[in-house]
Amino acid sequence: MSTSSLDRPLLSVRGLSKRFGAQVGCLDVGFDLWPGEVLGVVGESGSGKTTVLACLAGSVEPTAGTAKFRTRDDTVVDVLRLAEPARRRLLRTDWGIVHQNPRDGLRMSVTAGANVGERLMAVGVRHYGRIRQTALDWLTTVEIDTDRVDDLPANLSGGMQQRLQIARNLVTSPRLVLMDEPTGGLDVSVQARLLDLLRGLVAELGLSAIVVTHDLAVVRLLAHRLLVMRRGEVVESGLTDQVLDDPQHAYTQLLVSSVLHP
Amino acid sequence: MSGYNFAFLDEQTKRMIRRSILKAVAIPGYQVPFGGREMPLSYGWGTGGVQVTASLIGPDDVLKVIDQGADDTTNAVSIRKFFERTTGVRTTTRTAEATLIQTRHRIPETPLRAGQVLVLQVPIPEPLRWLEPREAETRKMHALEEYGVMHVRLYEDITRHGKVAQTYDYPVRVDGRYLMRPSPIPKFDNPKLDRSPALLLFGAGREKRIYAVPPHTPVKSLDFEDHPFEVETWRQPCALCAATGVFLDEIIVDDKGGRLFVCSDTDHCAARRSPR
Repeated sequence: MSTSSLDRPLLSVRGLSKRFGAQVGCLDVGFDLWPGEVLGVVGESGSGKTTVLACLAGSVEPTAGTAKFRTRDDTVVDVLRLAEPARRRLLRTDWGIVHQNPRDGLRMSVTAGANVGERLMAVGVRHYGRIRQTALDWLTTVEIDTDRVDDLPANLSGGMQQRLQIARNLVTSPRLVLMDEPTGGLDVSVQARLLDLLRGLVAELGLSAIVVTHDLAVVRLLAHRLLVMRRGEVVESGLTDQVLDDPQHAYTQLLVSSVLHP
Repeated sequence: MSGYNFAFLDEQTKRMIRRSILKAVAIPGYQVPFGGREMPLSYGWGTGGVQVTASLIGPDDVLKVIDQGADDTTNAVSIRKFFERTTGVRTTTRTAEATLIQTRHRIPETPLRAGQVLVLQVPIPEPLRWLEPREAETRKMHALEEYGVMHVRLYEDITRHGKVAQTYDYPVRVDGRYLMRPSPIPKFDNPKLDRSPALLLFGAGREKRIYAVPPHTPVKSLDFEDHPFEVETWRQPCALCAATGVFLDEIIVDDKGGRLFVCSDTDHCAARRSPR
């Protein structure tokens, strides 16, 4: 990556709003995401954080706003207005989406190896041996035993399914990964291992990521910067430790003080 | 037969079906919807093929009907009789004599020639159906050529069985563009689709779709570079006519496990045994 692309944001979101009739999904959300940066989005249930992610991923059509993304060939496109073929191609190659429930992100009827290989086949790789070898390499990277390559996802544990989902997304070397509650539904020791893995991968691959979660411990470990959302609006943003250790907004103070410390 | 139009369907319906056929020929491999009619046979028995045949057949045509390679099984006999009664055209069992051939699950062994039309009966036209149940989504995948996921299926087969286990209805790419189900013909017949001099038409009655492979169109069976497409082979020749390099059916001949391998194409087998 050239230095010039490092001092410009990878993704620039401005005025992103989504209304569901009279209900507000999210309102005037804006942020910049820089190359190699992990942005955490926190807030209570219904605060609009998942709506923001869904708008970016194209599964929900926003009411207003722009999201300028810098592509590999250094052109800037508004992903919210991209024609569908281009958007679907972007989602398959340069973006990754990690769902909260691995069942939403994995193809449950085919083996782990095929799950990892799917994106490669989608971009035109037609060599079985190479696809399989890449799948094995990625399973190793996400700490799944390579002898599980021919197992169905249903036969893997919850933590392994989540790591498989990550491998499946990273196989085409995306530059931006959207994660919705990546540790949801996992027990704490498995969570810790997953977070450790994610932190390593993000640093190693220079990934940018947007992590949506209600779990402040997750963002403290993963995110460089934080957006705090409430009722669809961003109420506070800043460096993660700054926001968590010195919250300014009343709602952030409430959120931070609600965390139980064992 | 009085009370019915020539070839059962009324002329307006035939024109509608012919328009769909023209469109299908213009876009090789693309599934064209058509207003499928109720036919006097049940879905799954070839209602799609019968409608395509009925819209094309003329008084000068010579019709052959094949069911699993044979001319003398229920489906073939019934459909042949149907067209004999409703059109009065000459029918034949000989591939070379026919101008119009309706078939279920086989392409004849005798090479087709220019000017012949082969109509195949299709149970499920959509090749992406197994992985995507939504029709709107599969159409979008066709439009955007998002066919990579089809190879996921082949990957699974090779992983589980060491080879692609699909032996019939083996998916193909038509003219480097549309992904197509060739109907449940054995994959042995797939190479016959490629650059065929005859016009190949596919009719799906239940799902009301028509698609086509025009003459001389390249048709490629999906495969991997290191697992190329292969057709079935047999260790023995046909037990009746000693033909090799043809598709053989296994027939159980007694209660002691005795079996014979014979030509699936009865016309081809008979012609070899008693040359005309």
